[in-house]
Amino acid sequence: MTAGRLLLLVPLAYLAIFFAYPLGSILERSLGGDSGFGFDPFRVLLSDSYYLGRIWFTIWQAVVSTLLTLAVGLPVAFLFAKYEFPGKTLLKALSTLPFVMPTIVVAMGFTALFGSQGIINSVLMSTFGMDEPPVRISNSLTIIFMAHAFYNYAIIVRIVSALWSNLDPSLEQSAKVLGAGPIRTFYHVTLPMLLPAIISGSLLAFAFSFTSFAVVLVLGGPEFATLEVAIYELTAKLFRLPLAGALAIVQLGFTYLFLVLYARFQEQSVVRMDLKPRDATTHHATRWKDKIFVVGMILILLAMLSPLIALVVRWFTIEGGFGTTQMANLFGSDSRGSYFHLSPVKIIWNSLRFALTTVFISLVIGTIISYCITNARRKWRTYADALVMLPLGVSAVTLGFGYIIALGRPPLDLRGSWLILVIAHSLVAYPFVIRSLLPVLKGMNPNLREGAAVLGATPTKIFMLVELPLIAPALLVGATFAFAVSMGEFGASLILVRAEFTTMPVAIFRFLGLPGAANLSMALGMSCLLMAVVSVGFIAIERFRYKGVGGF
Amino acid sequence: MPILTVSNLHKTYDSVHAVDDVSFSADSGELLCLLGPSGCGKSTMLRLLAGLDEPDSGTMTFEGRNLNGLATQERGFGLMFQDLALFPHMDVFGNVAFGLRMQKLPSVEVSVKVHELLDLVEMRSYAHRKVHELSGGERQRVALARSLAPAPKLLMLDEPLSSLDRVLREGLQSQVRRILKEIGVTSIYVTHDRDEAFTMADRLIFMNQGQIIQTGTPEEAIANPADGFVASTLGFKNVLKATISKSGEYLKVKSPIGTIIAAQTEDLPVYPAYESIFLIPEDGISVSVAESSNKSPENSFQGLITERVFRGNRYELRVLIGDGELYCHTSASATNKVGGHVTLTVDPNSIQFLSGQV
Repeated sequence: MTAGRLLLLVPLAYLAIFFAYPLGSILERSLGGDSGFGFDPFRVLLSDSYYLGRIWFTIWQAVVSTLLTLAVGLPVAFLFAKYEFPGKTLLKALSTLPFVMPTIVVAMGFTALFGSQGIINSVLMSTFGMDEPPVRISNSLTIIFMAHAFYNYAIIVRIVSALWSNLDPSLEQSAKVLGAGPIRTFYHVTLPMLLPAIISGSLLAFAFSFTSFAVVLVLGGPEFATLEVAIYELTAKLFRLPLAGALAIVQLGFTYLFLVLYARFQEQSVVRMDLKPRDATTHHATRWKDKIFVVGMILILLAMLSPLIALVVRWFTIEGGFGTTQMANLFGSDSRGSYFHLSPVKIIWNSLRFALTTVFISLVIGTIISYCITNARRKWRTYADALVMLPLGVSAVTLGFGYIIALGRPPLDLRGSWLILVIAHSLVAYPFVIRSLLPVLKGMNPNLREGAAVLGATPTKIFMLVELPLIAPALLVGATFAFAVSMGEFGASLILVRAEFTTMPVAIFRFLGLPGAANLSMALGMSCLLMAVVSVGFIAIERFRYKGVGGF
Repeated sequence: MPILTVSNLHKTYDSVHAVDDVSFSADSGELLCLLGPSGCGKSTMLRLLAGLDEPDSGTMTFEGRNLNGLATQERGFGLMFQDLALFPHMDVFGNVAFGLRMQKLPSVEVSVKVHELLDLVEMRSYAHRKVHELSGGERQRVALARSLAPAPKLLMLDEPLSSLDRVLREGLQSQVRRILKEIGVTSIYVTHDRDEAFTMADRLIFMNQGQIIQTGTPEEAIANPADGFVASTLGFKNVLKATISKSGEYLKVKSPIGTIIAAQTEDLPVYPAYESIFLIPEDGISVSVAESSNKSPENSFQGLITERVFRGNRYELRVLIGDGELYCHTSASATNKVGGHVTLTVDPNSIQFLSGQV
């Protein structure tokens, strides 16, 4: 037990140095001022109906976005959990792509598809001979909700289908025997068992919608501002740092409140269940009904992915030429083809190694924290759980600013090191590991651990031979998200890294900032490359799951 | 010289005395049965012996070595859980081999031993089956093979057969006993089922509310149950409360069914009148057709049949008499009906007096 306590120091130190300290430095800057720490900014905040309105808007748009995300994500989760069909691995990898795409890329995709000159409007106008574009959702709430659902549904799909595919099918079968129809079986048996995973996924989706920044700023237009956008405006446009700091604290406070409520609920909803290996629960679609469902779902999924497909289409059709010229541009050796003398290969390599290091750090930190929470006393558990999830309530941009202030000076000067970026990414990524790991750890039969001990296994051996194989699917889900978070992260990367460590999203952003069709082609090409690299990464992870863990 | 000695063991969970001053010992190769209702502390006892929990006080020694504070994996014991706890991510071979691999045996030797054990439990052809593909009885046998593989010096089995149907259970009971005796491993078998305990055990330990009530061979226990709890655990149904007084050479037993005359027993303290409990074995009651005469002979009681269950070679009757009831047997050819009347006659020599309260 003492060894376990010592291990706890690792994540604690990590959080203290890389989360609390930088954040504290920002708040000290913004709230400290000349006259010391004061509550005046809070007073201003709470008496200003504009900012109260922002708080209210941020909460309700996050709720609506989460519900929409669930509505899209659950059927897809069912598809992946219960059916085997050709191309499943590829489709699963593709379906997670939206989560990885930098916001600017997604915004490009949405505009390419839904914009007044986008594909949908062009097709509708030419087909029906209309003069005005019929679909007008740019700069509206609708497109914000759509973008949030588009971004986050993969979270629901991954987390829920991981549990769903291991649920014992005899439980559903016995409900049917007891006279429950499919709907009642789902409502009374399947849903309660899936609830921990659904809540986990919803929390993450909610957190991302709650702290949404770029989607709202780019797609929503000026009249919609979340807290994160308001903080950005106060900091970058109005230079009212104290107010921005106060707003950041308010946002963090709300996040913690939601997290505690969530952890309470989660604590009650956890049921210990016997999980079954995946090959005992999935089946090939053989009946007509199943086939129609599978085909229908695949079509819906492809429709979901259409903003990304639109990007690929645009890249191939830009300047009227075909893909080869675009490829030549991207990998060309002329000065335009390389960005700050960095070849695309080097940029891809940067993104990949940062992502893999992020995965490693997140898995280690996330696993240790999950074990500590599982073994913690009941009354501490919910607060500890909420506390370690707190990085979710802080955007990577804020974190990046904090690092510049706090970690760019002695005693800890990490400026210029790529480690600082990986650490920022892992702070956003490890909550995913915790959320996917905790339900499995709580549901694990303690007799397995004890049985191994009786058979002579040391604690290390028990972890390696018994627990690790059983939590491996959950770890892989966490790893997938950590990889995705790091590959797609843009804000902190932009703020923190030197040119030689440019990642793919940063490169896309830079190309977009430069004028000319060639640079747009470059940006589109890099976006397509990012999708390709991430897809390959996802498929590799999925392969590893099947080889290494036997589909458990 | 006992191989295992447990003395004055205490364990409290949240102020509940799960194990309350328990002392017992086991000889080498002996098969002990811990018998008692769920929640009586028998599983806790096993957890303490296995080192999965530490006792609050008391000592446990095995082969003269103090077990207190020794890590589970260093005790070299085996424990078969009620839910078996087979590793779901390994096949049958992997499960059985686990303990051997922990002993760092070369893989050839592991393979040989695993197959020997699978032979022993008649599961040889199942080596590469997945756990979830096995039936209940097959899992039970794999779990047994897994527990036996590292050659534990003490094997503990926590109601390992309780989830099986009766036919399968009875088949496995004798199989398990044969295997354990063949290997000669000292074993502690936990169960709440009397028949299972009778099949398995050399010696029984009755536990109730964390305490040991009685120890002894099955024959000793049947002949002389220590109290009402042991008697009902052993399946005696006619356990009654009574006020006992002396009447010449006999004892007068005033019970809810009426006054019974019982033979004097030597070890019974003779007060003028005192409260006690006693039991009448079902074999000590003879059944005859009800007579209408008012005057009934001594120890004969008229009653109403409220239940009649066919047991293959006989009927079991439940008979309402006065404020109490008695269970008794009739032959398979008897024609009594529920709702009919019978006369029961109690053999004065069959009555056993018990200590403690009902």
